[in-house]
Order: sequence, then C-alpha cells, then structure tokens
Amino acid sequence: MKQQTSPLKLALIPVLMFGFGFALVPLYDVFCDITGLNGKTGRIEASEIDAGLVDDSRIITVRFLAQTNTGLPWSFEPLVEKMEVHPGQVYEAVYRVRSTSSQATKGQAVPSVSPGLAAEHFNKTECFCFVQQELGPLEVRDMPMRFVIGPNISDKIDQVTLSYTFFSLDRG
Amino acid sequence: MSTEIAHETAHDEHHDHGPAKGLMRWVTTTNHKDIGTLYLWLSFIMLLYGGSMAMIIRLELFQPGLQWVEPHFFNQMTTMHGLVMVFGAIMPAFVGLANWLIPMMIGAPDMALPRMNNWSFWILPFAFGMLACTTFMEGGAPAFGWTFYAPLSTTFAPASTDFFIFAVHLMGISSVMGSINIIATILNMRAPGMTLMKMPLFVWTWLITAYLLIAVMPVLAGAVTMMLTDRHFGTSFFDAAGGGDPVMFQHIFWFFGHPEVYIMILPAFGVISAIIPTFARKPLFGYSSMVYASASIAILSFMVWAHHMFTTGMPVAGELYFMYATILISVPTGVKVFNWVTTMWKGSMTFETPMLFALGFIVMFTIGGFSGLMLGVAPVDTQYHDTYFVVAHFHYVLVTGALYSIIAAFYYWVPKWTGHMYDERLGKIHFWWSTIAVNVLFFPQHFVGLAGMPRRIPDYALQFAEFNQISSIGGFAFGLAQVFFLYIVIKTIRGGEKATDRVWEGATGLEFEQLPSPPPYHSFNEPPPVK
Repeated sequence: MKQQTSPLKLALIPVLMFGFGFALVPLYDVFCDITGLNGKTGRIEASEIDAGLVDDSRIITVRFLAQTNTGLPWSFEPLVEKMEVHPGQVYEAVYRVRSTSSQATKGQAVPSVSPGLAAEHFNKTECFCFVQQELGPLEVRDMPMRFVIGPNISDKIDQVTLSYTFFSLDRG
Repeated sequence: MSTEIAHETAHDEHHDHGPAKGLMRWVTTTNHKDIGTLYLWLSFIMLLYGGSMAMIIRLELFQPGLQWVEPHFFNQMTTMHGLVMVFGAIMPAFVGLANWLIPMMIGAPDMALPRMNNWSFWILPFAFGMLACTTFMEGGAPAFGWTFYAPLSTTFAPASTDFFIFAVHLMGISSVMGSINIIATILNMRAPGMTLMKMPLFVWTWLITAYLLIAVMPVLAGAVTMMLTDRHFGTSFFDAAGGGDPVMFQHIFWFFGHPEVYIMILPAFGVISAIIPTFARKPLFGYSSMVYASASIAILSFMVWAHHMFTTGMPVAGELYFMYATILISVPTGVKVFNWVTTMWKGSMTFETPMLFALGFIVMFTIGGFSGLMLGVAPVDTQYHDTYFVVAHFHYVLVTGALYSIIAAFYYWVPKWTGHMYDERLGKIHFWWSTIAVNVLFFPQHFVGLAGMPRRIPDYALQFAEFNQISSIGGFAFGLAQVFFLYIVIKTIRGGEKATDRVWEGATGLEFEQLPSPPPYHSFNEPPPVK
C-alpha cells in the first residue's frame, strides 16, 4: 500500500502561509529594530546616558528636516536647521508647528534618519513624536526634542539627517 | 497498436460513458479533460481581453503627446493588462494544461479531487468578471499598476479597489485548490511502476510549481487583506501615520511576487522539455539535473525578492546579498538551457510548429534572462529601475517565454486532444508572424528604456518617438497574429487530418504510447503498464 498524501494536510500549508504573511509585519519591525535599517530612531531614558562617554574629539553635523503630509493644514519647521554635536552628549532641538486651520486638528510625527545605519545610534530622551499632537485653531507651538548620538556610531559617518513628517490623524 | 487500444475501449463500454449532453455538461463536469478545456478557453479569452488593453496602450504610445485616452484611463489599462495577463491568461493556461495532461501522463483515471477541480475553475469567471466590471465603476478601475503598491492602492485608490481585492482573494483560493489537487494527484495516483524519477518533466515542474503556489498565494491574500483593513477598518499596516510602513508592502508583495514569476515559467520548462526530445528524436539530456535545477530555482525564488526594491534605500550589504542570490539563479536556469541545447546536439531534428515555438522559446527566453541578469546587478539597476528596459525584460520572459511555451504545448498536444492535426502551413505562418512581430514590439523597448523612458506613462519625450512607433507597429501585428491563432484553434477543433495515436514520430510518454487520439472521455480506468 502506497503512502497516501492527504489533501487536508496539504491544506495546512496555505493556512500557515496566510498566517506567515501577517507574521511578516512584526518580523519586519523586529528586523529593522535589530539592524537599525529603515531609519527608525530609538528612545532611551535620560538616566541611561553615561555622561563620561562624551567623545569631544568627534563632531557630527546633524541636519533637521520637517514636512507635513497631505491633508494636515500645519506648517512645521525646525528653529535651527543644523547643529554640530559630539557623540554621547545630549542636545535639544526645537521645532515650531503652526496650525492654519480654523478647527482643532491632530497629527503624529514620524521620524526617519539617514544614513540608515546611523539610526540605531540616534536616540531620544524626549520628543514631540512620542505622543500625538493636538492643535487648536491657528495655534502655534514650540516643541522640544532632546537627542543623543551614541558614541559607538561608525566613524565613517560625519553627517546625519533627521527628518520628521507630520501625518494627519483626522480621518475622513 | 491503435486497434488494440480501440478494442480495449469497447470492452470497457459498460462503465465508460461519454460526456453529458447540453451546456450544463460544462457547468457540472468533474472530468479532467473538460475542466482542462475550460481553463484553456478562459485563458484564451483573457489573452484577447488583456491583449486589447495592450493595443490601447500601444495606440496611445504611437505618438508623443496625448491623442486617444486620458492619463488616468491609460493607468487603468496598464494595471488591468498586467493583472489580466498574469492571473487570467498565463496561470489558468498552465492549470488547463496540467488538468489535461497530468492524469494522462502518470496513468491516472482523473484528478484526485474532481469535484473541487470543478469549483477551482468556476470561481475564476466570477473573479475576472468582477475585475472587469471595475472599468465601468465610478472612479474607474484600479490604476496603481499590477503591483498595487501602497499607498497608491490604499490611501489614493478608487472605490473599485475593493472589488479588485475580492477578485484577488478568489483567484488565490482557486489557485490553492487547484494546486492541492495537482499535488494529491501526482503523489497518490501514479500508475504502478511510475516512480517519481520516471515522471515526465512537465509533471515534475508542475509538482514544484504547485508547492510554490500553496506557499505564496496565501501571502498575497494576506497582503490584500491588510490593504482592505487599512482602507476600511482603521488599521495602519502600510500607513506611516499609524506606525506602519509602505515599504513593508513591497516586501510582502515581492515575497509573493518573485516565486510568482517562477510559477509562470517552471511549467513552461516542463513543456519545452517534452517537445525538444520529440523533434530531436533523442531522449532528454540530463533528466535528473533538470529535476534538481527546477527544485533549486524554486527554493532560491524565496530568497531574492528584494531585487525588485534596490531603489528603496537598502543598505549596501542588503543590495550585495540580493544581487548575488539573484545572479545565482542563472546557474540552474543555465543548466536547463544547456540541457535543451545538448538534447538537440546531433539529433535528427525536424521543425514542425511546436518545435519552432519551443526553439523560439529557448532563444528569446534566454534574451529575457540576460536582461534579467543586467537588472539583477544592483549598481546598474538604479538606472534601469522602472524604465522600459524592465518592460522589455519581463515581456521577453513572459510573452516569448511563458506564452510561447503555452502555444507550443497547444500545437504539440492538440492532435492528441482532438484527434485532428492542425494545419501545418498555418501553424508555421503563425510562428513566423508572431516571432517577427514580437521582436519588433519588444526589442526597441530595451533602447528607450536604457535611454531613460519611464514605464507606465501615457506621454514621453520626443526623442523616443521613432522607437515607440516601431514598437506599436510590432504590437498591432502581434495582436493580429493571436486573432489568427484563434482561427487556427477553431479550425483544428472542427476538423483536420486524422492524427495518429503516436501523433509525432519521436513522441514518448503514456499519453502518446497508451491512448488513442482523441483519448476516450475516461482514460486509464485500469492503470497502464509502465516500462
């Protein structure tokens, strides 16, 4: 008697693969988290920073970009366009956002760092992107962002660009 | 030989009945030959439907500027052309061939799950009917390209996208059911003595293809489901505002999409591996290396998807890995091409129409393979990405590759299926007409692509005008050649010179050696002897 292959057992493969398709979503995040790909920045507590690790010998230029996505009637810009920083030291950059709408609007900022390999060393202790921002009609707000570049960042990198995009959270 | 078979058929008459009468036969049939015919006709109709959209595309591109259609409608045409050709013409044609041939090739009476087989087919006309309807809906048909990248297919898509999503779900269910059926048939229903390594290569390549299908079609279903929930149920899989990522869409899509391109070419390898030995009158060179090459192509196909995404801002290490892995695939593919050439070496070759299409396949598929190698090289892909060079590449592998193998298979097996020889003179005209036209159509697209003409646009810079004009003329000629093919198909079904049971002097395999032409409605009620 020949070994029979059951169609029901075969049907398990597509069911599992359907699940695998969704499992790719968290896997993707984990992968980007470990490798620092995709420019996703990290978050650390201020107490985690070791003040003794400041590397005064290196200077890295950080450029700040800011934009709003379609559907969000805000203007959004950094108060300084670039900073020269030492790895290991905490700096503060301030962004100004201004609503041009006559109604209350809500947005979420999403960061991205280039080059991608710098992202895992780019950490923030405080950021307006950690929470949703809600602006009243024509409200203007200055928002701080405190960041530190890890001392272990590759010495081939001397320029880092941090880009924020504000997305609208007002659906429909 | 033939009288002996006829006698045996007569002997079995009390439990061997013919097809039911009337049109309901086609709706209720569970016969693998009927269902194979249905699949093949559906794919032919889809070929003409997708082809007529290609004619609109070529008409608009005949001259620079906008003459015939609106840009938005043009985008709908490129999108629907791609979807219909991939899911409607190429894939069902191979499933149709599998239905007709696999039971006859392995000595089985029918497919393992005949009732499900009926259902696998009959889902498809509804899926494509629904997809076709979107053209007439408010906002028009999907216009985001056949790869439906987010956010074009989520945030900015027309309302008809939901019909597209449901149609893709139905196609996926049909493919998965058809594949489970094929695997169950091949693994359980081979005649005694038909060991795995004695199976014809068409059966082998389909077995591997079926495994690819059940592995990746559900991932595609997952991707469109995520699109659906992003569109309507407040999730943010591909929406950066909610923590999602549109680039992730591309990863998930191409995790399906790259195996998909091998799904469309592996059965073609099987067809060519049947035709070349017949007309070279020599057994296939390197049978087992063909099996291993097909399997390694299938495994590698899961590891190279991001070569479609070199320009998304991948780190160099990623580009290098995907570049090397991609180029590695040319090794097993090269094994196949060299095996076909070696099979022909010192053979007594004749050049009937199926052989012509098979030879055309080898030459032109290899051209498409070479341009694929160029695209796989990450540093130069930055220049080629999303240009007409890509369009030329995948049309060489899909039209002169997959489609040519399907046409070759038709000419090779249609005398067996119908009992009628096709008209050899018309077949040769069809081959030369198509082959000249298809090269006039796609070869200049390499040049405009290298010069920087982007794909999926209705208008272009003036310096591309001549090549586009040549391309369009080739396109119209190629389209007309397939209408001529329709005439040949109908003529062959309706009559023609009586085919012998062996059909071709050098033909081998159970379907040629053990069955009359045409085969009885139910063949191999008793398992045939396998040498």
